[in-house]
Amino acid sequence: MVTLLRVERLRVSVGGREVLRGLDLMIRNQEVHVLFGPNGSGKSTLLATIMGLPRYKVKEGRVLLLGRDITKLKPFERAKLGIAMAFQNPPRVNVKLGYILERLVKKYDDGILNELNALGIAHLLKRNLHHGFSGGEIKRVEILLTLLQRPRVALLDEPDSGVDVDSLNIIGKVINKLVDEGASILLVTHMGHILRYIEHVDLAHVLIDGRIVYTGEPKEVLNIVLKKGYSFFKDASRRREVYAEIEGSPKGKS
Amino acid sequence: MPRSKDHLKERAKKVLERGEAGEIDLKGYDYGEPGEEEVKPEELPEKLLRRAEEVGIDLGSVSGGTYLQIDHNVAYTMVTDYLKKQGVLIMSTLEALEKFEWVKEYYWKAMPVDTDKFTAMTELNLRHGYFIYVPAGVKIDRPIQACLMMRTKRIAQPVHNIIIVDKGADITLVTGCAAMVNEGLHIGVSEFYVKEGARANFIMIHGWAPDFNVRPRTAVIVESEGTFTSYYVNLYPVRNLQMEPRVYLHAKARGYLTSILLGKGDSTMDVGGRLEFVGRGSRGEIISRSIITDQATVIMRGRLIGRATEVRGHLECRGLLLSPNARSKAIPELEAVTEGAELTHEAAIGRISEEELNYLMARGFTEEEATSLIVRGFLDVGLDKMPKRLQASLRSILDTVAKLSKG
Repeated sequence: MVTLLRVERLRVSVGGREVLRGLDLMIRNQEVHVLFGPNGSGKSTLLATIMGLPRYKVKEGRVLLLGRDITKLKPFERAKLGIAMAFQNPPRVNVKLGYILERLVKKYDDGILNELNALGIAHLLKRNLHHGFSGGEIKRVEILLTLLQRPRVALLDEPDSGVDVDSLNIIGKVINKLVDEGASILLVTHMGHILRYIEHVDLAHVLIDGRIVYTGEPKEVLNIVLKKGYSFFKDASRRREVYAEIEGSPKGKS
Repeated sequence: MPRSKDHLKERAKKVLERGEAGEIDLKGYDYGEPGEEEVKPEELPEKLLRRAEEVGIDLGSVSGGTYLQIDHNVAYTMVTDYLKKQGVLIMSTLEALEKFEWVKEYYWKAMPVDTDKFTAMTELNLRHGYFIYVPAGVKIDRPIQACLMMRTKRIAQPVHNIIIVDKGADITLVTGCAAMVNEGLHIGVSEFYVKEGARANFIMIHGWAPDFNVRPRTAVIVESEGTFTSYYVNLYPVRNLQMEPRVYLHAKARGYLTSILLGKGDSTMDVGGRLEFVGRGSRGEIISRSIITDQATVIMRGRLIGRATEVRGHLECRGLLLSPNARSKAIPELEAVTEGAELTHEAAIGRISEEELNYLMARGFTEEEATSLIVRGFLDVGLDKMPKRLQASLRSILDTVAKLSKG
C-alpha cells in the first residue's frame, strides 16, 4: 500500500514552547490511526501542524503527502491536496452554515440535505457557524464539513468529547463513510469512546511529551490506558513492562 | 395647521435666516430650474442606463411604473395601462401639487418643513421628486421604480417625494439614486403615508461619487396594522452622507429598517433610523451592517422610542472594519416613555479574526475567498422580510457590496 502521509522528526513550537519533540508517523491509504495521550501531550498540535495552521511553527522535520513535502504550504493549499480537519474547538464564524455549505460543495443537492437530516443539523443552516451550537452539534457539523471536503486524509480532533451516545453513533457512521470513500483517518480521542462505533482501526499510538512512545493494537493499547493510565507509559524504564503486558502484539514496538 | 404655500415658504425662510451651522455650504451649488423635457427610454445614453442598473433600476424593463429624473428634469414617467385603470398615479410632485388639491394635505405633513436647512432649502428650491399614489386595496405585484440621476457637475438636486399607499394596498418601490459626475449635493425629502392595513416595501440603493454631499430626509407614517419595510444599500464613496429616517408606528403597525453601508475612501457616513411606537401593539426592528475600509468613517445610529403600551422594538448595529484607518461608531438609543414597552439593542464593531480566517482556510478557502465569505456572510440580513421575487436581485447587490469592499 502507498504511504499517504509521512511525518518525519517533527519538532513544533506553539507560542514559543516546544510541544512536538521529534515525532515520526506514517499512514497508508485507507488506514485508520488513533492517537492517545494525556492532556497537553501534543495530540492537537500534531493535527494542527499537519493542517498547517499558522500558530504552529515547525522548527525541524517535515510533513509529506504522497511523497511531496507540504511543510511550507498554507492550510488552503493542503486542503486542496486532500487534507481536512474536524476541529476540537472550532472558532465561531460569522457566516451562516448554509452559506458555507453552498460555497464548499460544487453541487448543492438533495444528497447534502439527506446528510444534514441524518446528522440532525438541518435546523442550523440559517445560523452563523458554531454560534450557540451545543457540544454535540459542533462535533456533528465539524465531521460533516470534513466529509464534504472529500479528503484523502481526515484529521479528527476529539470528535467524541462532550457528546452523548446518539451523537457518538452518528459521528461513528460518518467516520466509517469517510473510510469507505477512500480516506485515511488520524483520530485523536481522549477516552476512546468513539472506537466502539468505528468498524476498523489499524493502529493506535501513544503520545507523551511530544513523542510517540508506543504504537500497537488499538484495543490492547486502550485497555492499558484505561487500566493503568498514561503514567504507565511515561517512565521509560517501565516501558518494558508495557510491552510485556501487551505481549503477542507484533506491532508492539516504539 | 395652515399649510398654504406662502406659510410654508415663510417657515422655510426663517430656518435659513437662523443660519444653521454645518459643513455643507448650500450656496456653493447651482439649483437651476425645474424642467419637463421628455426623453424616450431608447434615447437614453448607454452610460446612464448602466449607472441606473448599478443602483437596481432597469429602465428597459416593463415594471409596474417608472419615474426617471435627471438633474432637475423629469425625463420619463410611465404607468402600465393595467395600473392606470386601477387609479395608480406616478408623476412629478410639482405636477401632482398643481393637478390635485388634496395632495397638499400630505405635503410637509409627516416631515415638518422647518426640520433643518435642507428641508427648508428644498421647499424654497423644489426641483420635482416623485409622487406615487396607490388607491385603497390595489395590490401591485411588480415593483414601481424611481430613479434620481445626477449628471451635471456641482449642481444641487433638492427633490420632494410623496408616496401614499391607501388602505389595504400593497406596493414595492425600488429607488435608485446615482451620480455620473464627481461633485454635487442631493437633498431628498421623502414622505411616506402607509394607511390602515397597507403595506409598502421600500428599497433604496445609493451610488454616489467621492465629492457628493447627500441629505435624505425621510418621514413615514404607518397607520394601524400597516407595514413599512425599508432596505437601504449604499454602494460607493461619498464625501458626506447623513440621514435618520423617522417612522411613526400606529396601533399594531410594523416597521423594519435595514441598512447596508459600504464606507470606502474618505467617506463620512452618519446613518441612523428612528422608530417611534406611537400606537398600542406596534412592533419594529432596525438592523444595520456597515463595512468600513480605507480611511472611511461610518456612524450607525438607531433610536427606538416607545410611546405606547405593548410595543416591542429591537435595534442591531454591527460594523466590520477592514482597514487599520477605518473608523466606526455605534450609537443606539432606547427611550421608553410608557410602561410595557419592550425595547432591546445589540451593537458590535470589530475586525475579522485571524482564527476565523484560518479556520476557513483549513476548509479549503484561499485567504481572499475566506475574507469575502466573511464579508458576504456579515451582510446577509433582512432579506427574508422582502418580497420573494426581489430577494435574488438584492442578493446580487449584496454580492456587489462584498466585491466592492475589496481594495
